[in-house]
Amino acid sequence: MKEDLEETLLENEQLKVEDLTVRFYTYEGIVKAVEKAKLSLRKGETLGVVGETGSGKSVTALTIIALTPTPGKVEGGNIYFRRGAGEVVDILALKEAALLKIRGKEISMIFQEPNAALDPLYRVEEQVAEAILAHRRAEMMQKVEALKPKALTNRSSLRYRLPVFKRFSQQKLLRRVVREEILSLLRTMEIPDPERVVDAYPHELSGGMQQRIVIAIALACSPVLLLADEPTTNLDVTVQAQILDLILRLKKAFGSSVIYITHDMGVIAEISERVAVMYAGSVVEVAPVVEIFKKPLHPYTQALLESIPRPGSPFKPLPGTVPSLVNPPSGCRFHPRCPFAMEKCKLEPPNLVEVSPEHQVACYLHTAGE
Amino acid sequence: MRQTGNIVVTENLRKYFPIRGGIVTRTRREVKAVDGVSLKIRTGETYGLVGESGCGKTTIGKTIIRLLKPNGGKIFFDAKGELPDAPSQCVMTQNNITDAKGGRLKALRRNMQIVYQNPSTSLNPRMLVKDLVAEPLIVHKICRGQEVEKRVLEMLESVGLSSEHLYRYPHEFSGGQRQRIAVARALITHPKFIVLDEPTSAVDVSVRASLLQLFKELQQTMGLTYMFISHDLAVIEALCDTVGVMYLGKLVENADSKALFENPLHPYTQALFSAIPIPDPTTRRRRILLKGDPPSPANPPKGCRFHPRCKYAMEVCTLKEPEPHEVKPNHFVACHLY
Repeated sequence: MKEDLEETLLENEQLKVEDLTVRFYTYEGIVKAVEKAKLSLRKGETLGVVGETGSGKSVTALTIIALTPTPGKVEGGNIYFRRGAGEVVDILALKEAALLKIRGKEISMIFQEPNAALDPLYRVEEQVAEAILAHRRAEMMQKVEALKPKALTNRSSLRYRLPVFKRFSQQKLLRRVVREEILSLLRTMEIPDPERVVDAYPHELSGGMQQRIVIAIALACSPVLLLADEPTTNLDVTVQAQILDLILRLKKAFGSSVIYITHDMGVIAEISERVAVMYAGSVVEVAPVVEIFKKPLHPYTQALLESIPRPGSPFKPLPGTVPSLVNPPSGCRFHPRCPFAMEKCKLEPPNLVEVSPEHQVACYLHTAGE
Repeated sequence: MRQTGNIVVTENLRKYFPIRGGIVTRTRREVKAVDGVSLKIRTGETYGLVGESGCGKTTIGKTIIRLLKPNGGKIFFDAKGELPDAPSQCVMTQNNITDAKGGRLKALRRNMQIVYQNPSTSLNPRMLVKDLVAEPLIVHKICRGQEVEKRVLEMLESVGLSSEHLYRYPHEFSGGQRQRIAVARALITHPKFIVLDEPTSAVDVSVRASLLQLFKELQQTMGLTYMFISHDLAVIEALCDTVGVMYLGKLVENADSKALFENPLHPYTQALFSAIPIPDPTTRRRRILLKGDPPSPANPPKGCRFHPRCKYAMEVCTLKEPEPHEVKPNHFVACHLY
């Protein structure tokens, strides 16, 4: 069984999502949020995922860490992930106990709303400590052991030898060690005055600072895969520039692969190496970033790029609206808005096919022969 | 389209918000949201206002249309759009709306309207589209009965909706359509001046372009003057004729859009523009990364408010607040470098 999985990923691949289908069972009907989505991510790469609201970007990311929001159900597909040690697992087949070891440690996530991701009732220290203690307790305990003799000689009073107090003093030491770790982590996040920030509650910090804390929590265990779900959407451009810069540098330092979700083509151009374009639950085009901007093949990608306002040229809005996913259009889900729609497009959804090296597209215009 | 006169002129406009506290409720400090802003908006143009969150953009917009009462300074408004350039020449008391109230203020509201950022909260969820759009007509007693229905339908059609939408509630619409309803509601009294307060930040990129196109079309057909508040610089660059850059309640730079984007002079404007991600992977811009966050407007730094984050900061910047002056024709900068 394990042997089989080993072969599903290429040597340099970190993650592969195959035919992922997620549906939401709501009162209004079955929302087909993600339909046969395909993605692959190489080691150390940044993959940008773009799409409008409701294109299934966030659901895909949440499913990768097996946190599909209720009432969503994964109806099919596989998510192969190469763990830190090199072993390949299918996330969707894992039990919760095994997932706990991966989630937050090997795959972690930066959420869109730092305000909602942080608990308003706990200080920053406690929230970062949670991640560290959940996955790196053994490492922290070692540090405590190393500190112990020193602490004992410093205060060689009787109470450190009594069993009741022994436990208590150990807790105290652990707290000190973890706090040191958090401070050094916050320093790598370029947080000014980390001593003040660790003792602050989230509401005392600005949006950019809160997002740095969320990033610190995500990177606390040096994950191999980082999922960033629109981390800068609610921030000002100047703060966005700081955060993008930070993510890029930390990615290099920690050697993680990153999936960066956004709807801002400008951010995509800055941060990603390859881009996947999603529309109404499916991946419609995958290509290196330069190619997406210079030679977009899918009509949706073209329209998305043209809708960026540029001075001196008329606005080119996309006709129509994003279709309802309860009752999506038949065939290619983009055909009602597509200027090049053919008869064939209405009947059967096109597959994602490699049309030139590294460039995959799901459109009959480019894959007519197949 | 552009005429010679101005529709709005402000002089040294101030708006402070009190922070109350203590055992006996009293004003302890003030947040200086807008602190001495002088600007003029030419008739028929689109005036863009940019800046980070918390810099007072929205407060200016609301104060100009007198949804807020200013603490100081003067606001002049002329529906005919024939105000002279210099505030000192705006002696006509009928144009001074700084202290307008009661019936006069209500009459003014017919000529100046606002479209808010988030249409899901600015539209009453219990009202039908028909009633939402008709409300201003009834409030201002512009017309009654069948005439109302006729005008509502006309207005809806000009913002790209149709008669089938009349008997629906706001929740039945998408974000872009809701914003169109908000626009119809603002425009039904045929105002001359509209404040657009981040009208595209709550909608998707593809919808954004169609809304911007709508704004442009309406401006031409109805002869509107816009004040466009946004932090989305790409939109500002594409839509606006004149742009003002704000930092902590002050206008730091004010110039024609083209001149400003080609040659930003104030260090803050330069940093702000360099932070815009360019949708082109082959060009890399040299980023000027600003350190830290904007300081609190309750306790702004002394001297030039930007000096703690400015890389050109000099001795004089910490002591004296720079006054805006005209560096090039129609290009105003408030910085000691110039």
